[in-house]
Amino acid sequence: MAGGASSRIYEGAGLKLMLPSWLVIGIFLLAPVAMMAVYSFLTKEFRGGVIWEFSLAAYDQFFFDRGLFGDEAPTIEWTYIGIFWRSIWQAGLATLACLLIGFPTAWFIATRDPKTRSIWLFLVTIPYWVNLLIRTVSMKFLIRDTGPLNEFLLALGVIDEPLGLINTNFAVQLGLFYSYLPFMVLPIYAAVERYDFSLSEAAADLYSGTWTTLRLVILPVVKPGIVAGCILVFVPSLGAFLAPDLLGGAKTFMIGSLIEEQFKGSAGNWPFGAAASMILLTIVMCVLLVYARNQNKGETR
Amino acid sequence: MKKLLATTGLALLSLTAAAQAEGKLSIYHWFEYIPQELLDKFSEEYDVEVTMDTFDSNEALLAALKAGKLGSYDVAVPGDYMVKILNSEGMLDTFEASELSNFGNIQDQWVDVAFDPGRKSSIPYQWGSTSFSVNRDVFDGSIDSLSVIFDPPEELKGKINVLDTAGETLTLASLYLGIPQCTSDRDQLKELNALVQKAKASWASFGSDVAKDVLVSGDAAAGMIWSGFSAKARAEGANIEYAFPKEGMIVWMDNVVLLKDAPNRDNALKFMNFLLEPENAAAVTNYAQYTAGVKGADEFLDPEVKNSPESNPPADQNGVFVEACPEEVQVLYDAIWTNLKK
Repeated sequence: MAGGASSRIYEGAGLKLMLPSWLVIGIFLLAPVAMMAVYSFLTKEFRGGVIWEFSLAAYDQFFFDRGLFGDEAPTIEWTYIGIFWRSIWQAGLATLACLLIGFPTAWFIATRDPKTRSIWLFLVTIPYWVNLLIRTVSMKFLIRDTGPLNEFLLALGVIDEPLGLINTNFAVQLGLFYSYLPFMVLPIYAAVERYDFSLSEAAADLYSGTWTTLRLVILPVVKPGIVAGCILVFVPSLGAFLAPDLLGGAKTFMIGSLIEEQFKGSAGNWPFGAAASMILLTIVMCVLLVYARNQNKGETR
Repeated sequence: MKKLLATTGLALLSLTAAAQAEGKLSIYHWFEYIPQELLDKFSEEYDVEVTMDTFDSNEALLAALKAGKLGSYDVAVPGDYMVKILNSEGMLDTFEASELSNFGNIQDQWVDVAFDPGRKSSIPYQWGSTSFSVNRDVFDGSIDSLSVIFDPPEELKGKINVLDTAGETLTLASLYLGIPQCTSDRDQLKELNALVQKAKASWASFGSDVAKDVLVSGDAAAGMIWSGFSAKARAEGANIEYAFPKEGMIVWMDNVVLLKDAPNRDNALKFMNFLLEPENAAAVTNYAQYTAGVKGADEFLDPEVKNSPESNPPADQNGVFVEACPEEVQVLYDAIWTNLKK
């Protein structure tokens, strides 16, 4: 049996062949996360750094409020939960905006002539050849009160005074949306491209309306692409700190800027930064687990 | 033919030798604070290849050095209180005055400074002040008080940028309230907390490296800013005036320090000596628009820099240095800052 022979030849090779991937995962994924986990349980040193003594102070600071001077009876600390909640809905709205714009875009590209599709895809990626920082700063220039957008609308007489977009939550969402849009378009495109359009025809033959076809025929088929796109947009948006810093005026912390401040700012509290990162990681893991479970359910059905 | 080849070969060899500089120098500096021409000049004079990284706050400098960058830079440029902190963290190397032939060029009042008595590890770079500037097209009232930032007039509400550093922002707020720095008095700290919380509603943004840009572009109509940065904003066309508040302002001095474990200690000392040359100190001042602490630099200054309103406060202007607080007090200020930005 040829199959049996070849599987015997490669017996034991599997481990060796997998070694590079395991090394990469180990060095670049597991080791840093493990270090972060350890640091989150250490004692903070004054002005950055850690003392190697076990402590739950970082997690305590995250969840309990003991007043400005740290000697009041502990109550639930809403500060950081609030920062996380703000980041989650900011990222959620950005994801929704990406989906609303990204899905039709991907659909449009996937339904073009196969020869021109690659050109359309190419066009989608062009802005992303430019560094994220530069794109975010450009967005700031564009929407500031004295920027081209406001001047244009003022000149047209559509508005009487500048819209006041800069340094608002909306500006942050706009920035996130713009930064991560292709991560939504590309997976959906891949899913739609594989969609067999005779299914739509069959649905139409069975007197299904456009909306029903979209809901009952197309969406279930391209759903994996949509879910993948949503995850690819939501997760990096959650930890973003460039957009809140530059477009939101750094007035309120998002998760990313809160963590950055612990390592770079005056607080210099490494264990707390590590603890906040671990909590963020846990939230993301939960989202992905829910996704994985849904996938499994879909397959067993 | 052989001879031709040999000479060409020799010529090529000497060319590569010229391109390969004798030594290296690695600088960790503030953003937008030294003219490239000056670095090139040093590079050429001493045949040293210069690399520079930048930071945007004293705290960011400390954080980077603490996170393992110590040993990769030769010199850095911390502010006064940060010199003291770096020294107490054991991050500075010392030198003898005799190792710098231009040591005598340091202005007398800057030799025996509290943050580095006798200048064992540092030399003056530039000094200036931190206050605020106001766009005169938007607001033409009196700007002689810090209330413009902390209890702003109607015209400026929602159009104010403050520096994104706890040290300077909370120190100016303390000056406004008339409370001492590094206080552990609970009522005073609560007062300080309440003040910045209330003022935040009138602030548009926090930003240090953008402090000049927001004033020039009109994103902000008033902003906390360093004196020279404000002068540059004015030079770039913003109709702004730098304020000398009656409650006082922050005075600071940035210093070139010799870092511990500097990979190129000799070149670091050469660079420090180079910066104490009056002409070179003046080149920095002409660029950054602060004031050099070097004797004889005045005659090399551009007249508009020398006479700039930002660098020439009224004679009776009060100024204080930011203090480095002890740990048990600093945590309280950190808490106020985090509370402010939550």
